[in-house]
Amino acid sequence: MTGRFAIVSAGDALQSGPPPVTPRAVAHRGGEANHSAAALSAQFPGVVLRTAVVWGETTVFVRTESVLDVMRWLHEDQGQRYDYLSDVTAVEYRDLDQPIEVVWHLRSLPYRRFLRVKTQLEKTAALEVPSVWPIWKAADWMERECYDMFGIKFIGHPDLRRILMWEQYKEGFPLRKDFPLRGRFSRAEQLRQALAQNPEAKYSMEELSIADAFEDLPEEMRKRLGAGERTGE
Amino acid sequence: MASGTRTVEVELSTTGLDAQGKPQRVPLITDDGGSGVQVEAYEAMEPELAGEHMLINIGPQHPATHGVLRLVLELDGETVVRCIPHVGYLHCGFEKIGEYRQYNQIIPWTDREDYLNSIGNNVAFALGAERLFGIDITERCTVLRVIAAELSRIISHLVWLGTTCIDIGAFTPFLWAFQERENVYNLLEAWVGARLTTSATRVGGMAADIPAGWMDGLRQFIGNFPQTVDEIDRMLTRNAIWVGRTVGLGVMTPDEAINWGLSGPMLRASGVAYDVRRDFPYLDYETYDFDVPVGTNGDVYDRFLVRMEELRQSVRILQQAAARLPEGPVNVDDARVVLPPKSKATSDMESMIHHFKQVMEGPRPPAGESYVAVESPKGEKGYYMVSDGTSKPVRWRIRPPSFINLAAIPKMVEGHLLSDVIAINASIDIVMGEIDR
Repeated sequence: MTGRFAIVSAGDALQSGPPPVTPRAVAHRGGEANHSAAALSAQFPGVVLRTAVVWGETTVFVRTESVLDVMRWLHEDQGQRYDYLSDVTAVEYRDLDQPIEVVWHLRSLPYRRFLRVKTQLEKTAALEVPSVWPIWKAADWMERECYDMFGIKFIGHPDLRRILMWEQYKEGFPLRKDFPLRGRFSRAEQLRQALAQNPEAKYSMEELSIADAFEDLPEEMRKRLGAGERTGE
Repeated sequence: MASGTRTVEVELSTTGLDAQGKPQRVPLITDDGGSGVQVEAYEAMEPELAGEHMLINIGPQHPATHGVLRLVLELDGETVVRCIPHVGYLHCGFEKIGEYRQYNQIIPWTDREDYLNSIGNNVAFALGAERLFGIDITERCTVLRVIAAELSRIISHLVWLGTTCIDIGAFTPFLWAFQERENVYNLLEAWVGARLTTSATRVGGMAADIPAGWMDGLRQFIGNFPQTVDEIDRMLTRNAIWVGRTVGLGVMTPDEAINWGLSGPMLRASGVAYDVRRDFPYLDYETYDFDVPVGTNGDVYDRFLVRMEELRQSVRILQQAAARLPEGPVNVDDARVVLPPKSKATSDMESMIHHFKQVMEGPRPPAGESYVAVESPKGEKGYYMVSDGTSKPVRWRIRPPSFINLAAIPKMVEGHLLSDVIAINASIDIVMGEIDR
């Protein structure tokens, strides 16, 4: 049987050692930390603010401006090889004075390690973190979702648009704690906005521009869009 | 053989069974053409940038988009130059609602995200919550959850198989797959009373133990099911049309697949042997004997082969689980999370107070956070929960495998024909309930 690719196995950087087992009787705090946390502190003194082990999972808090450097090192260093980005998300606490945390869940498939990296964003400043898209393409939609839900800007992301909410959504960022469960606008206002949508506008301006399809639109729509009207409104 | 081409031996007819009345197992892929027909791998065309391009809109209401996915395609002739996916039509704010619900109240929401894997999601959520509470579940519960998760994988793969056959133009395997799926749903109905929205687990245990005689039904199912898999295998694997519609499409190399965060059969079809059950085990999966099937071409055909083999491996796990199911309690003996039995709650004052406080206030985990990932049929499904010590999570995040797998579709479809977009999209195995949440 011919194959185009050689098989890559998870755990192939581990020469020996027992196979992984289901964790049992995990301590709440103070379990054994992931080796990468200590290596990271040694490599980036002053950048790693603290390390916590909760329920057997290691969390490393890093400075916001150094996120990209830390991630690149974790991805490329031969002793770490965090090649798999599991998740990008954010946490806002019920205590509104606490900073918002951006959370990355990383996996090193060759070493079978799991690491959580966090950075804290004060709400008084702009909510901005570097995008890890240049390292992991997996970050593309996850960062878009995080922006959509929390309003955190990922600097360096090539296409930071809303993803789950629609482009013209005006109510803010749904997963923020100051966003009420039922939404900001009244039902009447939501209905008014829905009825004001232009159902003819099937494509966004960006999509229209890529294929000269703008020229194919009806005369009247071209005029309206040319006058600055946005699609979908 | 030229590099980049691939030969799969196919048959032009799929006639019946062997002399014993059993379907023949034949080597699926051979180097030489044999007596079959050689199908050359489809070479992605270089898009020709000159000439007029056309925009075409697939979905959101289109049967081949498996829900409400919308793909805006820029076409040069029939070749896709660019693809812009739009999701979110089914967005319900599950994660927001979860912040207003106790842990056990979130379990019905997990049914409704990836609704083809509802009992598997219940198991995954309960595992995540149990880590947050610091609970180790009982042995019987562990085995029951393995049975639930593997039955769920079988359901999900069968739906994938059936709908993909419909998309590509085969009708019969769809009926066979849905027939077997019905058998699994009957088993689930006998166990938890619901078919699709199971809500089968609770923090610290299960909603119900299996009823008497249920294991006989399970053994009957796993006795009969492999024959259906073999029949579908015989129908499709060497079928010239099937091979022609799937080989060489949507190729992801191993490095790309890892970098784009693909998981599950999508990742394994690209030649990356990563399975959460084996590499980051849970539910004692390390004690089961099963193989992790891996493809080496990363195309739609390999994703099909990987999923077919996973059906067989799930049956193997089910056989072992059925053989080892121990007697004993299902729920943990932990008054923090488990309700007292109803008979005691209505006759004994202490139990009644306990029951009342459990239901009205809900169990409270200590402050902390947990990320527990399981191997769902679509890939790595993770639940990230943050608790501040109250009975409702501060944050409940779903790591949706099909959302992240779908993010790679612009890369996979570029350079392919419009009709192949349907096959590639089907191979991702998306469930829009999980993508939009």
